[in-house]
This record gives sequence, structure tokens and C-alpha cells, in this order.
Amino acid sequence: MTSLPSPAPDRQFTRLLGQIGYGLAALAITLLGLMLVTFLIGRVVPTDPVLSIVGERATPAQIAAIREKLGLDLPLWQQFFIYVRDAVQGDLGNSIRTGKSVTSEIARYFPATLELATLGTIFGTLVGVPAGVLAATRPGSLADQIVRVVGLMGYSMPVFWLGLIGLLVFYGQLDWVSGPGRLDPTYDMMMEFTLTTYTGMILIDAALNGAWDVFGNAVSHIILPAGLLGYVSMAYISRMTRSFMMNELGQEYITTARVKGMPEWRVIWVHAMKNVLVPLITVIALSYAYLLEGSVLTETIFAWPGLGSYITDALFANDMPAVLGGTVVVGVVFVTLNMASDILYRLVDPRARI
Amino acid sequence: MTALRVWLGDPNPASRRQARLGQLWLAWRRIRRNRLAMAGLVIVAVLLVVAAFAPWIAPHDPLVQDLSRRLLPPGTPGNLLGTDDFGRDILSRIIFGARITLYIIALVAVTAPVLGLLIGTVAGYFGGWVDATLMRLTDIFLAFPRLILALALVAVLGPGIENAVLAIALTAWPPYARVARAETLTVRSSDYIAAIRLQGASAARIIAGHVVPMCLPSVIIRVTLDMAGVILIAAGLGFLGLGVLPPTPEWGLMISSGRKFLFEQWWVATMPGLAIFIVSLGFNLLGDGLRDVLDPRSASR
Repeated sequence: MTSLPSPAPDRQFTRLLGQIGYGLAALAITLLGLMLVTFLIGRVVPTDPVLSIVGERATPAQIAAIREKLGLDLPLWQQFFIYVRDAVQGDLGNSIRTGKSVTSEIARYFPATLELATLGTIFGTLVGVPAGVLAATRPGSLADQIVRVVGLMGYSMPVFWLGLIGLLVFYGQLDWVSGPGRLDPTYDMMMEFTLTTYTGMILIDAALNGAWDVFGNAVSHIILPAGLLGYVSMAYISRMTRSFMMNELGQEYITTARVKGMPEWRVIWVHAMKNVLVPLITVIALSYAYLLEGSVLTETIFAWPGLGSYITDALFANDMPAVLGGTVVVGVVFVTLNMASDILYRLVDPRARI
Repeated sequence: MTALRVWLGDPNPASRRQARLGQLWLAWRRIRRNRLAMAGLVIVAVLLVVAAFAPWIAPHDPLVQDLSRRLLPPGTPGNLLGTDDFGRDILSRIIFGARITLYIIALVAVTAPVLGLLIGTVAGYFGGWVDATLMRLTDIFLAFPRLILALALVAVLGPGIENAVLAIALTAWPPYARVARAETLTVRSSDYIAAIRLQGASAARIIAGHVVPMCLPSVIIRVTLDMAGVILIAAGLGFLGLGVLPPTPEWGLMISSGRKFLFEQWWVATMPGLAIFIVSLGFNLLGDGLRDVLDPRSASR
């Protein structure tokens, strides 16, 4: 293979750009399809959006006027076109419950979910990667069995049930952590009225304000749900790390490194890890995306005012624009994360650039 | 018995059936040595038995209320796992709940893989723009977070067990399509397919008779592993009140009704969750073992 001339650096770069461009085109098509599906779901919904605005006793003329105003008299493809045009400009319609714009409401709820999922992913990675490496270096040992069983349990547990048990034990019995919600009511008031909001993520905002008592309270609230999500992502990450690492350790370059007398920690954490990292990035990104989604049930249990709670609350109030807006946002985040991991993959792995 | 074993283990099978059964027997012997997989098999078998014989196994009627015996703790004589807020026996409700769970996973297991197989094999066999279109469609559905799409669908269709199944199946098929397409691509250009094509077989016949069987092993492994996820999503929908309607003893719904008195009467919410966990663990263990045995590519051990 060495006889093949390697392409000049600038050509490699253009090729990378081309791949990213192709990826972006695929991303656009996927997003369009995603919006078509949510749009169609919204159109076949049995509740009439007009009736919920004008009420039961409206005259046919009033109904027709509203229909026209909402654009419901247009053909379906035109309605979809308008829907996409508005969505691209950041307009996902107005919530039926509150009358406010769905986009602004989601912007208010999203940081809570982001904070939770990010912390969960950090936990999951910090525990999952070493656990997977440990299991891979001692296959069949007690440590390997434990990692395997703990991982499988994480795969098999209903998150909402584990959350309830966590609340029961650590909040109800031991009183180590605070209960549902992001802050105690008093701190909540403080956060709302005396502190400046920068990001909407309480841990960061409190730290930036130097309000360490608020920070401490926020930590005692987030630790349980974040630990829960962390466990779920740890189960996935440790399993994948184990199988990637086992695969790498069987390669010949590892034997070479060992024969050279390299210390074992360096063989594993520097040489093998470099190659394990490539697929691992995709795994971590996927698990991050999954946590953003999987937070629906966790947020319900912990009364966490995030995107998941927003969607479920809207669901029960029959607030379709809010449900679909939330669904589109989650879908967009999901697809973008996938895409980002794909690009990162190409940047990290020289083999993928060919 | 020994004669049968010798017949099965014969390295030079005399007929196709003997070869096939011999292969199955070898696979079974390999699974039997995998202790975790056997544990999974036992759990799944127990689920089947409990669901089939629920009325004979359950000590009480799952729906009959007895308000004088409400919220009794586990270990009470006559109510091994205690009673809920209507005085219904929790053990009996869990036993009848096995039927609901089995019903949901059986329906999903016969719909989603079939849809995925159809789309995946057609895409892989025809290639070109058919492949591009179908795979893009698959990607779109794959991009949708499963639980949220299921939520939105149930919101539109209305709660109920059939709608929950439909929503789960509609979100579950894309991985099967991917697997089936990958398998199809590997067999598409093989000689035996070319031979059948030269005999004048139609595309439908080739796909149904000669491509689909090649995809089945990987699809079956995926189904087993997927069932654990289906159980969790179904329970999640039930927990949110979007699945089965009360008073049906569905496990997720039982957790949600026990949530109100979690701190005083912990067992009402805890026991059904334990059932979900055990059954889903069973499917995961079994699927894991099956993959190790049947899938030659994952020779991880």
C-alpha cells in the first residue's frame, strides 16, 4: 500500500470539506423528513385547532375566518411549505395553552434538560470508560463479570422506577439529597429575582454570580437525577469500551509495544486508547443524544422543568403545537449530534479521510 | 437417546434435515454452556408459563377491590407482595400483567421485524435509487427519538394498548431494515442468487424465498435484544398514562399509581418495577447469549 502516493494536504482538506458538505445535505434532507412526519402527525390529530380557539358556539363565518388566518384553507403541500419556512426562521407556532410562542418557551425549558444530560454524560464517561478498560484487560475475571452484569442491569432497568427507588432511599430514608425540583423554593426566588441569568443552567449561573449557597442547593438537587442518567449511559459506554478495547488489544502493534518493554498502563491508555477513542466518540455522542431524549421519564419523576416535562405536560393539555415543536427540537438535536460525531470521527481518524 | 445424539452429532450428515438439526443441536449445546444465557432463557420461559396459566397461578382476582384490606405490607398472609390502594392483591396483578406485557411484545415482534425485513431486503436487492430513497426514509425514522415519537403518535391516536403497540412498532422497524439491507448486500451477488435469477425467478420470489432466510438469524438476535427495550418503552408509556387504561393490571401503570404513596407504602410502586426489570433482564441475557452463539462475527469470547 506504501506505493500509493498520498494526496497532497490541500486536496485532503477539500475532500474533507466535500464530505462535510455531503453530510450537511443529508442532514437537511433528514431534517425535512423529520418535519414532514411531525407535520403529518399534527394534521391527523382529531382535535380541531380552530375549535379550541373560537370555542363551541362560533358562527361558520368566524370559523372560516380563523381557518383562513391559520392557513388551514390552503392545500396541504402549501401548508407544509409555510410550516417549514416558519420553522427555519425559528417560529414553531404558538402554544394553545399559554398563547406564547413555542420557540421562546422551549428556549426557557431547554437549559434544564441540557444541564441534566450533560452532567449525566460526564458521569457515565468518567465511570464507564475505566470500567470498560478494566473489564477488557482482564476478560473472564470477577471485575469483568461485575462490569458486565452491572451494565446489563442498566440496560434492563426502567429509568422511572430506578428514579423512584433513588428518591425513596436517598431522599426519603437517608435524606442525603434534596427531593424533586431544581432548587428549594427560597433559593428559587433568589435565583429568579436577585441573580443574573446567563445560560439558564443553574449550576453555571450560580457559580458565575458567586452565589455558592444556591450552587450547593442546586448540586444536592441535580445529583440524583444526573447520577441516574449517568448510570444508564455508563451501562452503554462501559460495554462498548470493553468490546472496542478487546478488539484493539488483539492487534499486533500492541504485542510489539509490549515486546519493546513498554509499561502496561502506557500500552493501554496511550497506544490502544488512541484507536479506541475513535469509535468511542460516536458512542458517547449517541448516548448524550439518548439522554437528552430519555430525560422525558426522568424529568417527570424529579419534577425537573426541562424539555421532557414540557412535552409531556403539553401532551396532556392537548397542546399539539407545543408537543410537535418539542419533538422537532429533540429530533434536530439528535440528528445534529449524530452528524457532529460523524465529522469528529473523520477529523480524529486519518483512515476515515480516504 | 444416545442414538439420537450420535445421529445429531454425525460429521457426515446423510440428509439436509440431519445437517440442519445437527447445526441447531450444536448451537443449543453452546448456549447451554453459557450460564447467563440459560438464566435469561429460564426467565423468558417463566414469563410464558405465568402468562399462559395466570388464572390458575394467581391467588386472587386482579380486579376485585377490598377496601378493608388496602395498602397491606408484603408478607401479609394471603397477600405475599401486599395490596394496593384499592385492596387488590399486588402479586395477582403482576401475574396478570405478564399477559399484557407478553401481548405487547408479541405484537411488536411480529410487526416491526416484518416491516424492517421488507424495506431492508427490497432496498438491498434493487439498489440504486430504490435503495437511496428507502434508506433515507429509514434514517429519518432512526433520527427520531423513539420514546418521543411514540409519545406523539399515542397523543394523536389516543391511549390504549393497540395504539401503544402501533406507536412502538412504527419506531422499532428502522434497525431491522438496516440489518436486513446489510445482509442482503452480502448475498445479492452470490452465485446461488444468480442461478435462481437465470432460472427466471421473479424479484419477489428471490427476495422472499432466498434472501429473507439469510437475514433471519441476525434479525432474530436483534428481536430478542430489542424486546427488552420494547418492554421498557411500553412500561414508560403506561407510566405516563398513555398505554393501557386502568384498571387493567399493566406494570408501568401500576408503578405510576403507586407513586402517590411512595414514601409511606413503598411496595406498591416497587414490586411491579421489579417484574419489569427481571423480564427485561431475561431478554437481554438471552439475546446476548444468542448473539455470542449464532453470530460468527461477534466471536468476542
